[in-house]
Amino acid sequence: MSGGYLTDLLVGGLTLGSMYALVAIGFSMIYGIIRLINFAHGDIVMIGAFVTLGLVQALDLPLPLVALATLAAGGGMGLIIERAAFRPMRGAPQVTGFIASLAVSIMLQNLGVLILTAQPRNFVCPDWLSAPARLLGANIRVIDLAIVASALGLASGLMLVIKKTRLGMAMRATAENLDTARLMGIDVNRTIMAAFVMGSALAGVAGFMWGGKFGQIDPLLGYVPGLKSFVAAVIGGVGSVPGAILGGYLLGMSEVLFVGLLPPVYAPYRDAFVFGTLILILLVLPNGLFGTSTEERA
Amino acid sequence: MLRLEDIHVHRGRTHVLKGLTLAVGRGEIVALIGANGAGKTTTLRTVSGLIRPTSGAVVYQPEPGGPQVDLSRLAPEKIVAAGISHCPEGRQVFSSLSVRENLLVGGYLRRDKEGISRDLERSFELFPILRERGHQAAGSLSGGEQMMLAIARALMNRPKLLILDEPSLGLAPLIVARIFALIAELNAAGTTVFLVEQNAVMALGLAHRAYVLELGAIVLSGTGRELAENPEVRRAYLGSAA
Repeated sequence: MSGGYLTDLLVGGLTLGSMYALVAIGFSMIYGIIRLINFAHGDIVMIGAFVTLGLVQALDLPLPLVALATLAAGGGMGLIIERAAFRPMRGAPQVTGFIASLAVSIMLQNLGVLILTAQPRNFVCPDWLSAPARLLGANIRVIDLAIVASALGLASGLMLVIKKTRLGMAMRATAENLDTARLMGIDVNRTIMAAFVMGSALAGVAGFMWGGKFGQIDPLLGYVPGLKSFVAAVIGGVGSVPGAILGGYLLGMSEVLFVGLLPPVYAPYRDAFVFGTLILILLVLPNGLFGTSTEERA
Repeated sequence: MLRLEDIHVHRGRTHVLKGLTLAVGRGEIVALIGANGAGKTTTLRTVSGLIRPTSGAVVYQPEPGGPQVDLSRLAPEKIVAAGISHCPEGRQVFSSLSVRENLLVGGYLRRDKEGISRDLERSFELFPILRERGHQAAGSLSGGEQMMLAIARALMNRPKLLILDEPSLGLAPLIVARIFALIAELNAAGTTVFLVEQNAVMALGLAHRAYVLELGAIVLSGTGRELAENPEVRRAYLGSAA
């Protein structure tokens, strides 16, 4: 095996991991603050991908503007979903929110099929992004490096916001104890909304990356990465943002190495491998890598 | 300053408060005592807006002679902004936030930077241990230290009315004495205090007036001393055969 091939795999793992990490962050933030597993979160990836495609194709906007618009579209979608589907159910049992999120997910997928048809579309990227990049003799493209760099940038920016700003402090307080946060004068509806907007914005950008990396998008594309990012969030300890990031990279990396290092006959089992990994990790660490136990959180 | 008028609260199928009426006067310390499950915490949570009463009014007058508001229609953050701080049962410090951050969250609605740092300094003077542990996670503090933090946090809002739910819960007698002395000091400095206590001896000793809550309604009221000498109260809450 050549060193170039190994570098290929490592960069591939980092790229996939970057996307999982960005989506997992949203899962974790939303769960952390209102204990909701939002199954519609993966579909925001799809929306982000189509918004990007539309902007690049129809308007031919410059790339940084497209990236900003994707962030805004993802965030806006999160805002709408929270207002329309989850806020009316505040205070209802957890399972109600869970079912509602499944309903939103199915609705978004079907709306996507209705408006855009299920036919996959080619996702065109500017030429310079698709150009090959020379790195230790590996067969990679500029976009791979761009994905990793922007994911790391966005993730650290978000962590900084959570750690250092007044809003971030309010979000942490709300996540820890909603009622007490309200007694401090925190408008928890606003902090919950902020968690949805920030998490969904990152998922939207992940859609842009997904399209750029794989070249084709369709209205159901959010389902599998959504599920896997959820796994990444659980591995990291759902509720913890650093955990979600680490979980995303661990999962992306091990998935790519699994497919790349084992004989090709095993490749179709990559999803089984991903969920097998989850089960193993949870057997050893029931709360994930960075999770706090449910007793502590109660 | 605060008047609860014929408050009814339902939680699910349970009728928790059944026409509760009481008043807290400006500058007073008023205690609410009663057995477990009588509805004490529910009463406090109704004042601070975490629970909406089915009927009745919570009339609050922030300034003497000023306008009155019905708190039962307001969101908790509006009630905090109106000058009411509620220090909840079991302290409820944010254990993953640092001690300093807990205090800052307590002053969340304030925008006056200098005022906030002045009050932060005052909290540290009140409880020097909090300065020492400023950057530690609040969860690492002892129970007594957490209580001090919870009170200091509530004070960061500069409350006109301070609501305390079981400030003695789970604390050593020495610490309880300290906390109660502090409550008396805060009151002397002008803060009105409304507290709920299991420890009826301490509560009646501290309070100007007190109410006895049984099964969701007030059954007795009077000055702290009157109630402390009332044979029924002594038998039921003070653990002495009168």
